[in-house]
Amino acid sequence: MKLTPILTVALLGLAAAPALAEQAGHSPDHTMPAHEAASVTQGDLTLTGGFTRATLPGAPVAGGFVTITNAGNADDVLTGGQATFAAEVQVHEMAMEGDVMKMRHLPDGLPIPAGSSIDLKPGSFHLMFMGLKQPLTEGETVTVDLTFEKAGTVTLPLAVMGPGAKSADHSAH
Amino acid sequence: MNGNAFRLIRLALWALVGAALLATLWFQVLSPRLNQEITAEIGIGDYKLETTDGSSFTAASLKGEPSAVFFGFTHCPDVCPTTLGDISIWQEDLAKDNATLRVFFISVDPERDTAQTLGDYVSWAPGVVGVTGTRAEVDKALKAFKIYARKVPGENGDYSMDHTAYVMLFDANGRFDQVITYQELPEKVLPKLRKLMNL
Repeated sequence: MKLTPILTVALLGLAAAPALAEQAGHSPDHTMPAHEAASVTQGDLTLTGGFTRATLPGAPVAGGFVTITNAGNADDVLTGGQATFAAEVQVHEMAMEGDVMKMRHLPDGLPIPAGSSIDLKPGSFHLMFMGLKQPLTEGETVTVDLTFEKAGTVTLPLAVMGPGAKSADHSAH
Repeated sequence: MNGNAFRLIRLALWALVGAALLATLWFQVLSPRLNQEITAEIGIGDYKLETTDGSSFTAASLKGEPSAVFFGFTHCPDVCPTTLGDISIWQEDLAKDNATLRVFFISVDPERDTAQTLGDYVSWAPGVVGVTGTRAEVDKALKAFKIYARKVPGENGDYSMDHTAYVMLFDANGRFDQVITYQELPEKVLPKLRKLMNL
């Protein structure tokens, strides 16, 4: 009966495996498809895939999203901006800590290091349009003037996507 | 192989058997039981809030049919619209079975979210009813649903809210079923909803 312990281990292992797998949990990982939306280049910076989302009725705020690539040798910083449709444009960081959503204004701006690409996207860094003066309607395009420490002011068109849009890609939800 | 080495191997295997038994006991019996005790209380409390369609919202409101409960606020640029967007996708799919899930969107920011503001905000997502009330009653609800929410001051008296971002499901008896995590994929969510709603 020398095999018995081995068999027992194997059987128990099989029995416990599903429970263990379930405990390990799953966190859904969303990878956004790369898309070729209108891009704006100024100096060393290229801004692509800019979008915002149609506001829910009466929503006082909206988020703005864009990918910023710094092809230069010097770091730059996105400090904020201006938009005709909002009282204020701020740069925010959103982070999930466990199941808790935490949002912070970045008063010192968002660094765009030399030679790197920073995504402002749902669930992460974003532009925060405070004090909306008008609703944003799906299908429209709005513009925002972003302020960078080195590159200066960059005028960026933002496609207004559906309220739950996760990228400027029309095929995605 | 000598006898000693063999004894050692046997010992090691028995140790593994013991570990596997303990793991089974914990994951299959003890842990679910503990969780059950904690989760049985979720949603139970004496909070009295009001919905954006003019009725009252209490623990008893969860009974009668299955429902989903989500905490958020209208000054929320990302998580709340994203979740309402996800909920719309679920509802579209459930509509194939002529079903609509009851969803309560409870404000963590009642100072700014009046019934009027919140009602407009959620009106866009099918089946969603806004819930707000006095700060004291909202605090009772936060406690009852075991939701974390904290005011984070910004500039010029402005502020944001940190808050738990999952959607909680309740069965027709008002008993907590499970959570749907933020941005959980529809293919994982829909089977949970169909099971909850007996579809």
